[in-house]
Amino acid sequence: MTSDTIAAIATGMSNAGISIIRISGDDSLSLIDKLYRSKKGDKVLSKEDSHTIHYGYIVDGDEIIDEVMVAVMKAPRTYTRENVVEINCHGGIVVTRKVLELVIKNGARIAEPGEFTKRAFLNGRIDLSQAEAISDLIQAKNELALKNSLNMLRGGEKAIIKKLRDNILYDIAYIEAALDDPEHMSLDGFDQTVINNINSEEEIISKLIKESRNGKIIKEGIKTVIVGKPNAGKSSLLNWLVGEERAIVTDIAGTTRDTLEETINLNGITLNVIDTAGIRKTHDIIEKIGVDKALKIVTDADLIIFVIDSSTDLDENDEEIFTMIEDKKTIILLNKSDLTKKISLDEIKAKSNKPIIQISVKDNSGLDMIEQQIKDMFFNGEITLNEDIYITSERHKEELEKALQSLKLVKQSVIDGMPEDFYTIDLMNAYEALGRILGENVEEDLVNMIFKEFCMGK
Amino acid sequence: MSYIYDSYDVIVVGAGHAGCEAALACARLSIKTMLFTLSMDSIALMPCNPNIGGTSKGHLVREIDALGGEMGKNIDKTFIQSKMLNLSKGPAVHSLRAQADKQAYSSRMRKVLENTENLTLKQAEVVEILTEDNKVTGVRTFSNGIYPCKAVILCTGTYLNARCIYGETVNYTGPDGLMPANHLTESLKSLGLEMYRFKTGTPARIDRRSIDFSKMIEQKGDEVVVPFSFTTDPKDVQIDQVSCWLTYTNEETHKIIRENIDRSPLYSGAIEGTGPRYCPSLEDKVVKFADKDRHQVFIEPEGNYTNEMYISGMSSSLPEDVQIRMYRSVVGLENANIVKNAYAIEYDCINPIQLKPTLEFNNIEGLFSGGQFNGSSGYEEAAAQGLVAGINVAMKLLGREPLIIDRSEAYIGVLIDDLVTKITHEPYRMMTSRAEYRLLLRQDNADLRLTKKGYEVGLIDEERYNKLILKEEAIAKETDRLNRTMIGATKEVQELMSKLSSTPLNTATSLAELIRRPELNYELLKPIDKKRVELPQEVIEQVNINIKYEGYIKRQLSQVEQFKKLEEKKIPENIDYDQVPSLRIEARQKLNMFRPVSIGQASRISGVSPSDISVLMIYLSSHKIS
Repeated sequence: MTSDTIAAIATGMSNAGISIIRISGDDSLSLIDKLYRSKKGDKVLSKEDSHTIHYGYIVDGDEIIDEVMVAVMKAPRTYTRENVVEINCHGGIVVTRKVLELVIKNGARIAEPGEFTKRAFLNGRIDLSQAEAISDLIQAKNELALKNSLNMLRGGEKAIIKKLRDNILYDIAYIEAALDDPEHMSLDGFDQTVINNINSEEEIISKLIKESRNGKIIKEGIKTVIVGKPNAGKSSLLNWLVGEERAIVTDIAGTTRDTLEETINLNGITLNVIDTAGIRKTHDIIEKIGVDKALKIVTDADLIIFVIDSSTDLDENDEEIFTMIEDKKTIILLNKSDLTKKISLDEIKAKSNKPIIQISVKDNSGLDMIEQQIKDMFFNGEITLNEDIYITSERHKEELEKALQSLKLVKQSVIDGMPEDFYTIDLMNAYEALGRILGENVEEDLVNMIFKEFCMGK
Repeated sequence: MSYIYDSYDVIVVGAGHAGCEAALACARLSIKTMLFTLSMDSIALMPCNPNIGGTSKGHLVREIDALGGEMGKNIDKTFIQSKMLNLSKGPAVHSLRAQADKQAYSSRMRKVLENTENLTLKQAEVVEILTEDNKVTGVRTFSNGIYPCKAVILCTGTYLNARCIYGETVNYTGPDGLMPANHLTESLKSLGLEMYRFKTGTPARIDRRSIDFSKMIEQKGDEVVVPFSFTTDPKDVQIDQVSCWLTYTNEETHKIIRENIDRSPLYSGAIEGTGPRYCPSLEDKVVKFADKDRHQVFIEPEGNYTNEMYISGMSSSLPEDVQIRMYRSVVGLENANIVKNAYAIEYDCINPIQLKPTLEFNNIEGLFSGGQFNGSSGYEEAAAQGLVAGINVAMKLLGREPLIIDRSEAYIGVLIDDLVTKITHEPYRMMTSRAEYRLLLRQDNADLRLTKKGYEVGLIDEERYNKLILKEEAIAKETDRLNRTMIGATKEVQELMSKLSSTPLNTATSLAELIRRPELNYELLKPIDKKRVELPQEVIEQVNINIKYEGYIKRQLSQVEQFKKLEEKKIPENIDYDQVPSLRIEARQKLNMFRPVSIGQASRISGVSPSDISVLMIYLSSHKIS
């Protein structure tokens, strides 16, 4: 069995109490020894008895990252039958994420979808009757991960990574063509070309990594969408939530999606609010961009705020939205409670079992109740960050780092005066790492590139 | 009326490079072997280029030799020029290539075959493979002789339904005007085999006396020749070598081609077969790389027995009248007399995914195949497959474990795995870039990698095996000594460092550490290595490489370790993929089609995802428990 060490956040990514990071594999114990420090600084966890739990800190060098409880469970009496360590983090999402990063940096890799369960099964821990269910789970999770992986890259980033791969592959093909046909092609001076190319590739990848850290590639926080038909009061609500009168005016043409996104902090909970106003501004545009796009935004969201104008009758727009939000965590707001009501609370209650709050954005009434409702839902663990998306972003970063590391090794090979055939080893690793982000594998890429670009053969 | 002739354990069809190795391997392993050939005079024929080896192909020849094959020995005895290619590059891509005397090569191989015990040769055309319950029972020849046997190895090369084409001229012959095999394809199709039609081509041969070599650049062989075979004494290959010559095509050549491109059967559609991208015709090169104003042309002797020169780089299927103008437009070939026209050849072969890694067909027990018939190209690729097919027939008939060489062990492993695991759309040629563990699969260590396997199979004798063990021990001992021997920063040491433009030592350093410096190596450190004992060159070479590239080698070794884990997980032959729950439909189809032998092989099939592999592993492990 492959026994490399894997890690993942075992609990949902919420701020609800404690997050647990689970680590499994041969090196779990030696890994935790590097990260854990007890209060007195004298404990070495790998030497402690199995199935014990320890109070202490996760440290990165001298820096304390979090105050934790660490459970040590030695093989074989564990879920996966491998050495398992569980870190109970207390410091919230950001800190949990930092701890996981540290675990990865110290030699674990992010677990594949369903991998803990798979190991548990393959190591004979789980009953045979469950085999089929596990197979289904792995396929389903993998499909989701694949979908997420691509969804999360914006068009621009996808193009950048594609271009990077093409450039790297070209250099590999150049070298390989020359190695294969030394009497036709010379590699004189190509080492300098490789260095130059790598320098610019490194710059681009570093930027991608930095952007992923800043959350530019993937927005962190709870993805919240405000939906409602035109003029229901969505923009006003957003402005109120943001806490300032921002000039988000929906009727200016060319308003981009980004300007419609706001990051709001509610007592430590990060909400990324997307106002769909721009999309559903007029009937014309609804027709053009279509319900599909709104539906997609709603599908991706962690939380929906559905604003209903209680001063007008429910129309087909509202009905459409009711269908969309059926399976989503939603708060329904009955706005314009200051005006004459055309829709009653009971009417809505009959249509949906979601929490309903009556508000008037204009009068500034009921807004504190929204805040309370969101907080309740979050701390009860009802709404969580989309864990799969989070993990995907972590995995992307891992691959970008790998690619960067491989390119550094190529440069080192050049500096060390290694022959050119050594360059392609790490160039290929970089190429493969970037390919995993796009969900592409290598197959015959290289051979095809060689024949396409270079005139080979006898 | 058919009648029963003699019966054999195995029948090999075709005496080309695959067939020769296959027949020899079987016979040497005491299997009663019959080798059929269409012509006794075309045994081990080289109908195209007059050389053995080259990049990655040289590796194959050395591996064949380490396993106990014949090709390396044969070329060592019949070469007329030899070169180690890529010497300025890393050791993994050094490749040996020798020009052969074609006739000598062929005759010497014939002599070996004719004098091998258990091996019978016969000139006849096999037209039918006889089977019972999907099991081979014998073959039938054109003259209706039935030869009962337990196994058949098909090595039909480019002869099946072959036709040779240039311009509007079509000859229904095999290569070099030889007789084709026109009947066997039907029999194979009726057995349910999926057939492909491939093509390849060869350039013209020109009379040496009509070539002006003074206008060309001479290409000499190496001063010190390295033999292919690990059994050949290097002293025996230091012969007087002949030269090859380099010239170039030019705009005029390209113009002639462009003006007549519509008369090329490749472009007019007269050729249906798929050709190798590696051996493009000159017209292909001119069309595809239109910006190149010239292409290299190597003039290579076909042997000492003839004045024919092989015009490498100018393969073509243009009509005769265009060919003559095209060749004569090249500097030095102005007065060329063409002895043999260039031509394209089309032939039937199989889709090799029908084979197991043992080179036995999935669906017909006892039917094996090797060489160009399997969709590969090249003499060396053919010989490698012939050898493996031959060994596996013997192993099967002797009731022993099959020989499956994996991708981490040899180029032969990469070659066969690619053939049986990847969809091929063109004749497959070996390339060093196809070997992911290239650094470990060097031509210099083929003996260390494979001699043991050859010994276990029974093709390597005790003496050669013992020699290998001694070599292994010497390498380990010397490597260890260099790692442990510390060199102080003495005056003598610093002087040597400065003389070799290497940084002076700050502190005591191991000899191994010094060897790792790019500007230093084992030989150069001799003056300061006081306890060094005299060692054979082949041992020094390994020690030097192992130490110098230790970091890279270790990394590849750890990758190999991961790779092996999946390779070792075998999939039972009778697995019913329709019973495996949760497999995606595409994966199910592909697995049914390829029938991989291991989880590792399954994971390399395009269309089988990592999660399918997980699902498959879960199924297998639950299957085993129940």
